Amino acid sequence: MPKSQHSFTSIRPKGEALVWFTGMGLSVGILLIIGLLGIILKNGLSMFWPDTIYEVQLVEGSTAGPRNGQNFAGAIALERHKRLQEATNAGLTSEFQFFAGNKDAYGQMYHYVDADQIVTDATGEPLFTPASGILQLERIEFGDALGFPLEIQLADGTTITEPEALKAALFKTIEESNERLETYTKIEKKQIGRINSKMESIRLEQRALREELGEAAAETSPQIQELNEQQAALQAQYTELAAEARELRERRHQDSLLLRLATGEERRISFENITQAHFPNEMSLPGKVGFFLKQIWRFMSEAPREANTEGGIFPAIFGTFVMTLLMSLAVMPFGVVAAIYLREYATQGVIVRAVRISVNNLAGVPSIVYGVFGLGFFVYVLGGSIDELFFSHKLPTATFGTGGVLWASLTLALMTVPVVIVATEEALSAVPRGMREAALACGASKWQAIQRIVLPASAPGILTGLILAMARGAGEVAPLMLVGVVKLAPSLPLDGEFPFVHLDRKFMHLGFHIYDLAFQSPDSDAAKPMVFATTLLLIVLVIVLNLSAITIRNHLRKKYKGDTF
Amino acid sequence: MSQTPETTNARADFEPFIQIKDNYNFWYGSTQVLFDMNLDIPEKQVTAFIGPSGCGKSTLLRSINRMNDLIEGIHHTGDITIADQSIYDPSLEVISLRKRIGMVFQKYNPFPKSIYENIVFSLRIAGRNKKSELDEVVERSLRGAALWDEVKDRLHESALSMSGGQMQRLCIARAIANNPEVILMDEPCSALDPIATGKVEELIHELKKDYTIVIVTHNMQQAARVSDRTAFFYLGKLIEYDVTDNIFMKPSNEQTEAYVSGRFG
Repeated sequence: MPKSQHSFTSIRPKGEALVWFTGMGLSVGILLIIGLLGIILKNGLSMFWPDTIYEVQLVEGSTAGPRNGQNFAGAIALERHKRLQEATNAGLTSEFQFFAGNKDAYGQMYHYVDADQIVTDATGEPLFTPASGILQLERIEFGDALGFPLEIQLADGTTITEPEALKAALFKTIEESNERLETYTKIEKKQIGRINSKMESIRLEQRALREELGEAAAETSPQIQELNEQQAALQAQYTELAAEARELRERRHQDSLLLRLATGEERRISFENITQAHFPNEMSLPGKVGFFLKQIWRFMSEAPREANTEGGIFPAIFGTFVMTLLMSLAVMPFGVVAAIYLREYATQGVIVRAVRISVNNLAGVPSIVYGVFGLGFFVYVLGGSIDELFFSHKLPTATFGTGGVLWASLTLALMTVPVVIVATEEALSAVPRGMREAALACGASKWQAIQRIVLPASAPGILTGLILAMARGAGEVAPLMLVGVVKLAPSLPLDGEFPFVHLDRKFMHLGFHIYDLAFQSPDSDAAKPMVFATTLLLIVLVIVLNLSAITIRNHLRKKYKGDTF
Repeated sequence: MSQTPETTNARADFEPFIQIKDNYNFWYGSTQVLFDMNLDIPEKQVTAFIGPSGCGKSTLLRSINRMNDLIEGIHHTGDITIADQSIYDPSLEVISLRKRIGMVFQKYNPFPKSIYENIVFSLRIAGRNKKSELDEVVERSLRGAALWDEVKDRLHESALSMSGGQMQRLCIARAIANNPEVILMDEPCSALDPIATGKVEELIHELKKDYTIVIVTHNMQQAARVSDRTAFFYLGKLIEYDVTDNIFMKPSNEQTEAYVSGRFG
């Protein structure tokens, strides 16, 4: 062999190029995943971090920012290059997006300001000085407020203006105010809610009696009299509780805080509107971290406000969780039983092959098709019949004849059943033949062998199928929009009210919530961080569900592990 | 009745327990794998089936407890009886037949359960769940399979944590748990090392006091060591069947002689 050829082959051995090629494929995949997670993490988590608020001084004659050219205070939300429109001044310049809050005063919370509109320091960089003593208020309405606190006026007439005392009083009043909110929410939601549901059942009873006895006879019947008395007693209770709640509301309304905005004007904000306050520029790093964690927790545990652009997303997390769980409960037995028949009992022939191909194809049907089917079959046909049979007294108000968490779960179960069937079939066929034969040779019937030996041994594989089904089901949005997901659900599908699980209720879903925030939101700038934070949570929820299933699977695998697997 | 002259000399001196008779033929689909079999197996002795691969010895063994029923498209002519009862009797359920016959497979195949649960499996599926009875069966079976002393302290550990030889003996223990009349062994030592093989062979010697044993083996030394009678099969036919010593020392058929002396197969 000539020397040159030898050295050539030693540098590039045969097939090496393809190895690089495959490695490149993997690297691209990994980069994509890291990039995806990185972008979502950065954008999602930045929403919770307390940003420094800067005083922004605009150059003479500028009309940028809120109020057309007044200096203001805000956090930098974005800095980017801007391509100028004018051909004469072609080139790149920077543009800032500021979060200035105070939507009630400025009309919008975010403002774009060109870099050349901002007063610069000696080096030519835009001059930003942290606004000392600025207060950021999280409000129920109009988003955050930014400003310098001037005085607190309490309902009993005291006013506090001295800065240190004001700071202490501020946090104390917010705490008291939140306690009052909790108390009257409890009264209104729980106690008054209970009275309302009792009144509703009395009303239905009265209606039934009237229909039974006839309008005239009913008025004099003792049953109706008794019901009327009960109703009056409940009404009295209601009045009492409503008065108590009103008093607490009133008190919250009367406490107020006077704030001077960076643009100069003063605003009085009632404490009923304030949920939280912090001084972003005076926080230490541990303080910021604590605040960050607290904000994450609040985001996960609170209900949304302001057309979903403020507050938390707890109902959506909970709705997604309950729906996915119900879906798994429905899809597991159904898919596993179908797969057992297909694999173990059906005579393998043309028909079974056709069924198998159909099942595989079902996995590829667009999900919206399942949504349409769910609406047409589950909601209209099944739900309509259930309403006629069991809830006819409530008609024309639909109970099950409208979208709800049950129909949504069943629709998704139907959508994911092919995944479970395919995985289960594979798991069943992977159980060694010897194990089945041993069971049969011991005198087991076919069903006993399947139930006691084959199914436990294939449990890990079946769970893998369930994991895939859950991952697909939890992230699905399109079919849900037809069968029960809503922008804002008044109550959770699971609560303390009898019968605890309300399968007929509509629910919120993280996937739909993202869609809603991104496309249906009145303020897209304000919604943007929420979109990423919600996406992050959806990913986390899917990961948590998958991890728990994987943990169970690994546990089973260890239990049934052997050299035959 | 017999078509094969070599088998006649081995018949008259015992009372047959398992009888393969009426020219037993067996097909997988359209392929015939057993031809005109007639064979009487004595009670409480070890009968070995030997022959080259594909000679039908395993098929015949698996016909005795109707394990072949699992395969689609099989059929047969002729009959097999155990204690004068036909295994194809329509009134006899295949499940109750298999309860009377224990089986040990080529590759040890314990269930992915504890040692204890492996042994009591056949009782549990019959609905016998009384703890004292199960405990007794476990001890008796494990002692019977010469495994008791090795595993008595870890009965509730996974069976898959045992060594290969132990697993095969556990399978033997499982096969005798239900007190069968017959034990079928399909090359029970082919996956074991020589030491484990020795233990299993010893065990077979012990077991034949209580059970009728039919063993398929590739290993002629093993057939010579453990069996009382040996049947030699070739290409789906029973070539010769006699007392083991005769088969190995003075076979009456040329093919048998060629095979046992290692000249083919």
